[in-house]
This record gives sequence, C-alpha cells and structure tokens, in this order.
Amino acid sequence: MKELEYPFDGDLILASKKSLKRQLLAERQDFLSKKIAILGGGTTAAIRQTLELFLLQYGISPSFYESEYNQYYQDACFDNPRLMEFGPDLIYVCTSNRNVIHYPEMSDSAEQIGEKLRGEYDRFEKIWSCLRETYHCPVIQNNFEMPAYRLLGNKDASDPHGRVHFLSRLNLLFAEYADSHDNFFLCDINYISADYGLREWSDPFYWYMYKYALNVSAIPLLSFNVANIIKSLYGKNQKGLVLDLDNTLWGGVVGDDGPEHIVIGPEEAEGQAYTEFQEYVRDLSKLGVLLTVDSKNDEENALAGLRHPDSVLHPEDFVCVKANWDPKDRNFTQIAQSLNLLPESLVFVDDNPAERHIIKSAYPGVATPAMEEAHHYIQSIDRAGYFEVTVLSEDDRRRSEMYKENAQREQLKSSFSDYREYLLSLEMKAVIRPFEPVYLDRIAQLTNKSNQFNLTTKRYTPADIARVAEDPVYLTFYGKLEDRFGDNGVVSILIGRKESGICHMDLWLMSCRVLKRDMEYAMMDALVERCRQESLTEIRGYYYPTAKNKMVRDFYGDMGFTLLSEDEEGNRTWQFLIDDAYQKKNTVIAIV
Amino acid sequence: MTREEVYEQLNQVFRQVFDDEDIVVSDSTTADDIEDWDSLEHINLVVAVEKQFSIKFNMGEVNSFQNVGEMVDLILQRVG
Repeated sequence: MKELEYPFDGDLILASKKSLKRQLLAERQDFLSKKIAILGGGTTAAIRQTLELFLLQYGISPSFYESEYNQYYQDACFDNPRLMEFGPDLIYVCTSNRNVIHYPEMSDSAEQIGEKLRGEYDRFEKIWSCLRETYHCPVIQNNFEMPAYRLLGNKDASDPHGRVHFLSRLNLLFAEYADSHDNFFLCDINYISADYGLREWSDPFYWYMYKYALNVSAIPLLSFNVANIIKSLYGKNQKGLVLDLDNTLWGGVVGDDGPEHIVIGPEEAEGQAYTEFQEYVRDLSKLGVLLTVDSKNDEENALAGLRHPDSVLHPEDFVCVKANWDPKDRNFTQIAQSLNLLPESLVFVDDNPAERHIIKSAYPGVATPAMEEAHHYIQSIDRAGYFEVTVLSEDDRRRSEMYKENAQREQLKSSFSDYREYLLSLEMKAVIRPFEPVYLDRIAQLTNKSNQFNLTTKRYTPADIARVAEDPVYLTFYGKLEDRFGDNGVVSILIGRKESGICHMDLWLMSCRVLKRDMEYAMMDALVERCRQESLTEIRGYYYPTAKNKMVRDFYGDMGFTLLSEDEEGNRTWQFLIDDAYQKKNTVIAIV
Repeated sequence: MTREEVYEQLNQVFRQVFDDEDIVVSDSTTADDIEDWDSLEHINLVVAVEKQFSIKFNMGEVNSFQNVGEMVDLILQRVG
C-alpha cells in the first residue's frame, strides 16, 4: 500500500490508521500470524498501532501484548503469568533515554560514573537474560537516542560527566551484547532519531503531555524500523535488485552518447554520485543481494557501459542481464523466473517513472522506489529497509556465486539429451544428517524463506529449531548438496514428530535452487532409513495449501504416499507404510 | 477562516481518525458521543487537528477542551 511505503507521511499514517488497517486486512488472507510483546518505558499505544500496519503490509498479522506504562522491567524480570500465557513469538523492549535512572552528576568521580554505567547496563542485561531464559524468543531492544540538551555543550561528548558521553558508552555496551548474542537485535534509535532530526524527535511536549518518549509524528518511522527487523527475521526481505542502466547506474544514454561518454567516475559531480551509487549496489551484492539488469538497450551497448573503466560494477557482477527492446515488465518476469524467485522479492530500480508505473501495474506488490536525483539514489534504497540484515549466513554471502554456478549448470544441461546423464555429470554429493548447531540459523532462515517447495509452511525461529533439535520426539534432517560447480549449502529440511509409532511430517521443504536434482528422493531415502531405525512403520505427510506452494500439492503422491483425506480447504493428509520392499529412490546423488 | 469552514475541515479530520464517514461534530460534541474517542485516540486526534490547521496547541490546552466547540474556538484564535 502506497501510504506505507518509504518515504511515507507519518502524520497521514497516524490519522488514517483505522482505514489503512481495514484496507490491509481486505487485501489478502495469507498472513503469517505472530504474537508480539511490547515492553515499554513510556506510552506505546501508537507504536503498537503503527507497527501493526507496517507488519500487515509485510504479510505478518500480529497480535499484541503491551505492558502497562513503564513496566518494562517488572514485566520482564518478575513472574508474569499474563505474558507467559500470551506466549510471545517476539519481544520488543521499547525504551529511551527517559528510562535511564542514574545519570552522572558533575561531582561524581570517575569510579562513581563507572558504577552508574554498570548499574544501568546491568539492569538491561538482566531484562535480556530473564527474557531469554523464560520466553526463548527473539528480542528487539532500542538503544538510546542522544540527550535533548547538552549541559557541557560540545564537551558533553568527551567529558565522562556529560550525558552524550554516558549514553554513547551505554550504546556501545548494548552493541557489544547484540554482537555476541543470537536472537537479540538492536533497534538503532540513536541513528533513526538523528536521521529524523533529534530536536524534533525529542520534543519534550510529548513526554510531559502523554509520556511518549518521542514526537508522536516520528512514531511511524520508529515502527517502520521495528517492522523491518521483524520481517527480516521471518524471511521476508527482498532478495534482489532489477536495475536500469542509463541514468540509473550512470548518467547519459550509452546507445546515443557512446560508452566513452557516459557520466561515471571522479571527474565531475554527477559522475561521483553514480560512482557512489554503484559502490553501494556492489556492497549490497556482497550481503547476498542478487543484481540483475533490465535495460532498454542493445546488449552490446549495455555491456560496453558496464566495461567502462570507471564503472564499479562489471558484467560478471550480475546474475542476469536483460538488455533488449522488449517491454520492461516482460524482462522483469523473465528475470524472476530465471532466478526461481517471486516477482515481489525483487526491487525495481529505474529513474523513469513511466517504467516504474508499468512494473507497478503488472505487479502491485513489487517495490519501485522513486529514483529522482542521482545523489539521492542510495538513500531511496537504503532507508526503505528492503534488505534489513538480521542474520547473515554464509549462504547469503555466497548467493551471487551460487546463481552463477546455476547458470553453468544450465549450460551443461543443454549439452545432454538424457536428463539422468546430465544429473550424473554434475557429480552430486549430499550430506543428510540430524540438525547440528552450526546450521541452526540457516535452518531457521530456510523455514522462513521457503514458500514454494514447502508442504506445511511452518515457520521457526533459531530458538525453536534449537529446541526441536534437542527434543528426542523429533526426527530432524538437514540436506546439504554439493556438485562439481560448487556448494549449494543447506537446501532441504525435514522435521518428523514421533507419535504412537507414526512419524508425522511437521515440515518438509526444499530450496527452489535445487529443483529437479533428485534431492527430494535422497531426503526420502534418509527419512525411511531413520524411521526404520526408530522402529516406526508409518509416515504421515501433510500438505497445507498457501498462495505459493501449489507445486507440491501432489508431492507426497509422487513419493509413493497414499492420499488419506482432503478437506474443503484443500488440506491433504497422506500415508506411507514402510515395508521391506522399499527401494531407494535416489540413484544420482552420492550420500557422504 | 469562518467557523463553518473550520467545521468543514474538522469533520474531515474526525472521519479520518475514527474511520467513520458519518461523523458530524458540533459545538456540543464530546468524547462521550464518539465510541472510540478515548484518551489515547485523543492524542492522535489532536496531532491530526494540529496538522490539518498547521497550528500547535500548548500543554495547557490539549486536555482542557470540554467539547468540540471549545476546540473550534481555539483553532479560530490560532488561524486568525
């Protein structure tokens, strides 16, 4: 919904939040439900209301627990049957510098200041450890915005008595905790408030009047940032950029001006802006964001532009280049298909509003940030939170390479007429084992990101996965696939639950990047073998339809299961009886 | 701005904030007359009114309105 896309009008969101909510709920049905507890150090009502809007926009339907005013510490650290019963999936501790109890006094010695710092930090660390031990769920914690005034002027930053100095030290301690603990994420209100304008953000009117620790008009920006962290945790980040070239990655039109005359590089102001934008895009790709080109150009000219000596990006940085004279939405569709991605997981980056309109009309859910001035390009993409980083796995860092390896596989495939011959030529090797600690993050990430090849679409946090891994009632499997072109990493996850001699499949998913490689057969073989070891004689498979997982509607049938029942919503239950006649289905992947 | 013009805009704000196209407020309207108008929504309402008329109420004023009429008096004072 346009009203909720960055850059948004916060006041408009606040004024029309009821009608926005109504419209969002009418737009779709397939929301992911999440229980979110907000533990506040001030009033949080409008934070909850606007957070709900941004989450609905991301396809997450929240229900809320909200602490009473300023009860964040009590709610976290003492017995709390109400919160326990609520059973949060995620907890947001929404505090501010108004919640610091003991600031340094001018008469304090260095030791006294150190004790105060420790005291403030320890109080928060106690909150985090209580929440961790009791609720085992991700925690989002605000750090501190800078103080609203500086008693010592500029010296407030360097003198240990200054609040600027004190809060900066606290922020550093918070950051160190976040950096060394899983499932803990900072909401950086220090940055967000500066970006918004600290003077406006900290207008004390709202504290005195309503006990809001920030300007009410700034609340949507705060909620947006929290929503970005949450959607990232649940695998709803965008995955790639679809980039225009002329006047997007460089100034000028390469086909008309010639590659030697495009505007890029250090000589002039505009060229510097494009260079910095290209550097930003390159750095995104190092985080795993896939880069593609959708440009109206002869391919030859497009590539010549990317080979300009001052171009930061080169043709090989892109996993897909569509430079032709087809309509952009057609290219866009093909790019999404060739990467096995949903269109909505790509961001369309083009300076031409007409092209953005075409994409938006074809795919209303695709983000098409306004790219108006080259010197604001970075900000347009950066502030929108498309690629908010929460957990950065090795797979994310390698993603671009993997897609390039896939392109090589495609090339090899075209040289074989027999598909099995092709699969054999890939020299595939798989590791299939119970969950192991090093892969817990990746496993949780996959449960949240996989939509298409996912039978039950059950989502798990890393903490959930850790519990499942340790509970003997579950049979867990991760599958890792390697071949002659590279390592695909962990690509398939199964979770079976033992109950009265039957293994119920809570989860069966596979990354679409290894479709048609027979990996699902290898997983089935491993499942049957483990069931036998556990003396289980039957496997029950479940298929719950979503808007995205039609491809596996008959998956269990293909695996040799029998359909037991199907209800009117299309939920299916399948049965597989394990007998001695079971023949291994996988014949092309070596299990190591 | 006339009192009528203020009311015209003010009704729009109320309709938006309470998501109810049928709201018509008058001098005697109070929070008791509108179902969702509680102290938390009052904050949103005040912020929306301030935005609509490009004015700021001061701390003493925000919680002093006995009815919509008093709010309109203040708006008229501010916008001139």
